[in-house]
Amino acid sequence: MKCYVGIDLGSTTTKAVVLDEDGGILGRGITNSRSNYDVACEVARNEAFIDARFQLFERELSAVGLGQLAQGFLDDLRQAFRLEQHLAELGELHETCAINGRNFSKEKRLDAALAQIFGTLAEEARDLFGPGTERRSDFFRDIAGSRYMSLSEEIAGDYGFEFEELLGLYDKSIITVENHVSDIEFQDQLGRAVEHTVETAGLIDEEQKRIKDALHSVIPRRLLPVVSVGTGYGRARLPFPKEHIRSEILCHGLGAHATFPGTCTVLDIGGQDTKAIQVDPEGIVTSFQMNDRCAAGCGRYLGYIADEMNVGLHELGPMAMKATRSVRINSTCTVFAGAELRDRLALGQKREDILAGLHRAIMLRAMSLLARSGGVEEEFTFTGGVAKNEAAVAALRELIQENYGERTINISANSIYTGALGAAIFARRSGRGEVDHVGATALEGGLVG
Amino acid sequence: MSTKVVKEESMVKQKEMIADHFKKLARAKEEGKKVVYTFVPGNLTELLLAFDCLTVHPEINALQSGMRKKSGEYIAEAERAGHSEDVCTYVKCDIGMLMKGNIGPTGEQLPEPDLLLLSYTGCYTFMKWFELLRERYDCPTVMLQVPYQGDGEITPKMVEYVSRQLREVLVPKLEEITGKQLDEARLQELLASSARSEENLVHVLESAKNRPSPIDAYFGGVYYIGPLFTAFRGTPAAEEYYRMAAEEVDQRVALGLGPVTPEGQLENERFRLVTEGPPNWTHFREFWKMFYDAGAVVVASTYTKVGGTYDRGFRHDPSRPFETLAEYCLGCYTNLNLPDRVNMIADYVRDYHADGFLINSVKSCNSFSAGQLVILRHVEEKCGKPGAFIESDLVDPRYFSPSNIKNRLESYFQMLAQRKGQKVTA
Repeated sequence: MKCYVGIDLGSTTTKAVVLDEDGGILGRGITNSRSNYDVACEVARNEAFIDARFQLFERELSAVGLGQLAQGFLDDLRQAFRLEQHLAELGELHETCAINGRNFSKEKRLDAALAQIFGTLAEEARDLFGPGTERRSDFFRDIAGSRYMSLSEEIAGDYGFEFEELLGLYDKSIITVENHVSDIEFQDQLGRAVEHTVETAGLIDEEQKRIKDALHSVIPRRLLPVVSVGTGYGRARLPFPKEHIRSEILCHGLGAHATFPGTCTVLDIGGQDTKAIQVDPEGIVTSFQMNDRCAAGCGRYLGYIADEMNVGLHELGPMAMKATRSVRINSTCTVFAGAELRDRLALGQKREDILAGLHRAIMLRAMSLLARSGGVEEEFTFTGGVAKNEAAVAALRELIQENYGERTINISANSIYTGALGAAIFARRSGRGEVDHVGATALEGGLVG
Repeated sequence: MSTKVVKEESMVKQKEMIADHFKKLARAKEEGKKVVYTFVPGNLTELLLAFDCLTVHPEINALQSGMRKKSGEYIAEAERAGHSEDVCTYVKCDIGMLMKGNIGPTGEQLPEPDLLLLSYTGCYTFMKWFELLRERYDCPTVMLQVPYQGDGEITPKMVEYVSRQLREVLVPKLEEITGKQLDEARLQELLASSARSEENLVHVLESAKNRPSPIDAYFGGVYYIGPLFTAFRGTPAAEEYYRMAAEEVDQRVALGLGPVTPEGQLENERFRLVTEGPPNWTHFREFWKMFYDAGAVVVASTYTKVGGTYDRGFRHDPSRPFETLAEYCLGCYTNLNLPDRVNMIADYVRDYHADGFLINSVKSCNSFSAGQLVILRHVEEKCGKPGAFIESDLVDPRYFSPSNIKNRLESYFQMLAQRKGQKVTA
């Protein structure tokens, strides 16, 4: 089947969205942008095509009257597939660490150390991807990294290592693994996941058969990307013709409009820029403002704070929500943020309160861009990675109420994909009937059952 | 970027004029010529030429240093001497150049001033700048007071106030320094010559109302204003230059040609813009190329009015020499109040059929940037066209981030294309 792809190559994450011919969202994929944009683009696309395949499964199951069963089953299947994927990546990382560490002296028992670390990681993975568990991060690097660190710290001495040696090994190896587009067979992984999920789902034989049949009918369908449109900071790197590259302003405006058709004002906070966009009733951008000369108060600021506090990015929002009072922080300079934080901790202020202050500081900066772009009109849509952060959203709500009064504030659970969605809509609009020069990969070719 | 830069004949002529001027400056002391340092806004070139003085414009030197990639080291030199990061980068560039031997753009040393003449006080920084130069050169200094057009008009009292300063303070000082009496008839001849050049400059600038525009009125505009805003107003060389320039644009209009840019002639005019604020000089060509690549041409700019708002009708009038010079000082762009600036930009958008307008905001230049966000909103409201806002600097290369500016401009152009219903390309 024909499909349309939008890719948003951002400074922190790369997102892809696949649309079907009717403009329905088939799949979304995300990865960290890393130093290699080409790989990031490839990985995000592959992820989106995998997601699309699940969407097709869902549609097929509904079509054959298994819709009610489908939701729970597909969630489990997804988790099982993620587990397979994760285990494969762990295997690759293990192998790479072994290769990169081959020059360590014999007294250091590298093989045994790695076997213990990766053995534990693999065991724990089953819990991470068990049915119903919440995903802690979208990225292999984050999930594997934090546990690798703590395990290495525990066992380094037992095998004659300094902790830093094992840490260095990870840093070197993760880059190799990340920058390698995995050719581990999608089909095999999915096949195993299907078997596993069907067996453990507690279905009666007849249901099992119908589900398997439905899945296998989807598998041979080819997903053929007709046009791909790219946007985001790295868009110039994308191997698309010039007319298939769009600015992120247009894509965010259109994506927000498509998600919430009543949208007038859009705020997008990305890794290194903040955009305030006004759109007309057709989703056409009428004016926009972006931060200039300085990226203070952008998403990267939160990433830096998380690093400074040694917590995951996704933990910041919930922590800040526990604040009992908000500490006033004026500086939104990312580099100064660490000093602000330490200084205030030294003054005895609570971590949660400081974090609430930092979130408000970011939003204060966004408010000035919004004002510059023409204010906050009804309805208002907040997009970008930061829209996932509940403390940021709370601070924004408060400030909008204070400055503009009552406004409908739209936030989609998939807000991070807004730019990619806009790009995909452009792809669909501009290129129906044309075959995109970006060739289909094995993944798009479908699953051979 | 290709290395071959395309130039029109008038540009070649201008280059010769500038080279000749710097040669004269290099020989000034041995030839007994008096040298006056002064600024572009409100410059009194005709009066100075009537006394055979040669002029040096420190801000022109600074922008030339910027274009020749020398400003970075000059600014660093000034900062080492204690000038803060927030100070106008023209000032630091000039001070740094001075500390490094005051070598002008043609490689020759600039002569020391016999007089520092500040004839426009709308920029407070100018005053501080000349205080620094006075400390260094210990030379006579005249600082005129030029009232701000707070109420949006030049009143007879304001004209009288400035012209009296010219008659009662400046002329006696020039007579003292040069040992010459003012020859009023000569001054009138110079003013009459200025008016002829001004007529042609306006003709050139207004040619941008054509579609396609035969000129770029911002990047190209800075060349067109060059002679008239600096040492050449009132001279036969300037008159000839403007005759040539006017003929060139007439020819281009007749042939339906777009503007000449360093990358070549702009073949396909896609966007017409008005700009507010000075250009960035350190990445001048790179900045221009971002417009060229998008098929964008600037059809009118406020920067080309810093040395006179001629397109609004002002001409030097030889019949009232002092009053006309006073009106000139009072009328330069940055002396206008905000509502007047808003009107001017909105009028440009309408009269030049622009698709939108762009503000290049330079934080260290208060006389331009204070109020620009208000201007942005009001112009948008008035003309219904979208504005864009970018930030860069005059001559500090550290404050021009090409990838960010390019990203914003691309977004802006794509937005314009979308609004115009054009096919969007990057």
